[in-house]
Amino acid sequence: MKKRKAGQFKKEIPFHLMLLPGVVLLIIFSYLPMFGIIMAFQDFRPILSFENSPFVGLDNFRFIFQLPTFSRAFRNTVVIAFARIITGISVPLLLALLVNEVGKSWFKRSVQTAMFLPFFLSWAVLGGVVRELFSLQGPVNQILLFFGRDPYMFLASNNWFRTILVATHTWQSMGYNLIIFLAAITNIDLAQYEAADIDGCNKLKQVWYITLPGMLPMIILLATLSIGGLLSAGFEQVLVLYNPLVYETGDILDTLVYRMGLLNRQFSLSAAMGLFRNVVSLVLVGIAYFSAYKFSNYRIF
Amino acid sequence: MAAKAKINNKIKSSVSRKIFVVGNAFLLALITFLCISPLLHLFAVSLSSNHYALAGMVSFWPRGFTTSAYAFLSGQSAFFDAFFISIQRVVIGSSISMTLVILIAYPLSKEVEVFRARTAYAWFFAVTMFFGGGLIPTFFVISRVGIINSIWALVLPGAVNVWNAVMLLNFFRGVPKELEEAARIDGASHVTTMIRIYLPLSLPAIATILLFTVVGHWNAWFDGLIYMTNPANYPLQTYLATLVMEADTTARNLMSVEDILRLQDVSDLTVRIAQIFLGALPIMAVYPFLQRFFIKGIVIGSVKG
Repeated sequence: MKKRKAGQFKKEIPFHLMLLPGVVLLIIFSYLPMFGIIMAFQDFRPILSFENSPFVGLDNFRFIFQLPTFSRAFRNTVVIAFARIITGISVPLLLALLVNEVGKSWFKRSVQTAMFLPFFLSWAVLGGVVRELFSLQGPVNQILLFFGRDPYMFLASNNWFRTILVATHTWQSMGYNLIIFLAAITNIDLAQYEAADIDGCNKLKQVWYITLPGMLPMIILLATLSIGGLLSAGFEQVLVLYNPLVYETGDILDTLVYRMGLLNRQFSLSAAMGLFRNVVSLVLVGIAYFSAYKFSNYRIF
Repeated sequence: MAAKAKINNKIKSSVSRKIFVVGNAFLLALITFLCISPLLHLFAVSLSSNHYALAGMVSFWPRGFTTSAYAFLSGQSAFFDAFFISIQRVVIGSSISMTLVILIAYPLSKEVEVFRARTAYAWFFAVTMFFGGGLIPTFFVISRVGIINSIWALVLPGAVNVWNAVMLLNFFRGVPKELEEAARIDGASHVTTMIRIYLPLSLPAIATILLFTVVGHWNAWFDGLIYMTNPANYPLQTYLATLVMEADTTARNLMSVEDILRLQDVSDLTVRIAQIFLGALPIMAVYPFLQRFFIKGIVIGSVKG
């Protein structure tokens, strides 16, 4: 009995060895930072590092919860993220229905290719594009000028900043969900459409009674999974597009953590904010996956 | 009589259908154009003279055609140095990441009976998908590891991509068990079975993961911004991001007239736009040919649930 166990362990050695490099890297770069969270409960000073910085309990959390910039960033994050989720599902859904009606496959492919392209560009590049579009001499203001309106600083306006964030995020990412929705449409049984044709059901009704119900499981799945992203409002995008004039509507938790921690060197306070954000996110992701499992039988493993 | 009405109906519906098809094609063509027009505009500005560009007179066709922005760039080393660092990062980072993904996916694709510690390992990896230390603690850990300002700070922290490993292990599970058993009976080791049987059969999945890894490394810029204290070590996208963030349009809009005139002399706008366009070019050039791999990857990754 004992011999057999030892024998099996010997057989398993290659598996352990294969996993070793990954395990070591994760310990260093994922698990050590989790222990580093201790700094959220310290008055952390880089010279004293994690071991010797004085422990202050929940003081940092008490402080940040009173901070107006923190509650503002929290509000902005949720508002922006929620709007991103709504447009991120509805726009590709509508486009998928339209693209699906196209008969010519080369046209279908080109449309898909063009809409998917921005997904592969970084926000460093896209940020440059968006800033140029909305700059004073940029195309958007040229159009305004053409209609006899004064140029407007869109990216410095609290009335417009969120709208621009959400719109440009939709532009960048809609190709992804478009592909998922088109794949969902191809999975619908064609016999249903034939039957509807024979019954004299028109195209619009077919979309309403066959296509949309056929896509519903995927829509529900994407919607439930997106709950997990309620505190993700697009860190890199905001970072390249915002400026102090629009902190009021555009400053999100991630940018606040970055500014406070790495630019203003308030390490412990910003670590506390980061921890708060990550814990709430973890709960949201948990809820999202649990609901996705319940409603759609979705599992990652 | 009834038959006639039916035929009338059919003609009517086919006419409205035709109108819809044409209108739909027109609408989609318009949206498609709107999606890529910002990039066309960028290209046109980069090839226009600074005078037209600053006056906002360039739409999708260069005005006062000149390649001076690109000529100016070719004399500057900063852009190409950053480009070279990005290439280094993509090559080193992707090879490390791909090796790790395969090495993790293979053992974890085994049944618990074959690999008893599988569940424990799976949890160990899965936890990192959903929780992390956050920006600040990670920063201090990395600075204590002592890799700040070196390429390893861009390559190692994100080297283990658990999502990709999960995708690949699901693919490995689809490989017929009989093949592995036959190989094992013939005396093949696990490494041999993995390389000779699993990898060739999972080539589509590996190609997709490789593409996403390469694009990810090419596009990443925030890590460069915080882990590289010396701007000379910035990868291209970090270099571009600082370019974009510093050339704050709102700041320029608040500048004095002399400042604006001085900027005109150094032709700041077109050079900046040219660099942004060049930063996007490699991906735009290869993307149309590789698109189907990306699509396959997304469909595999998402619809399987």
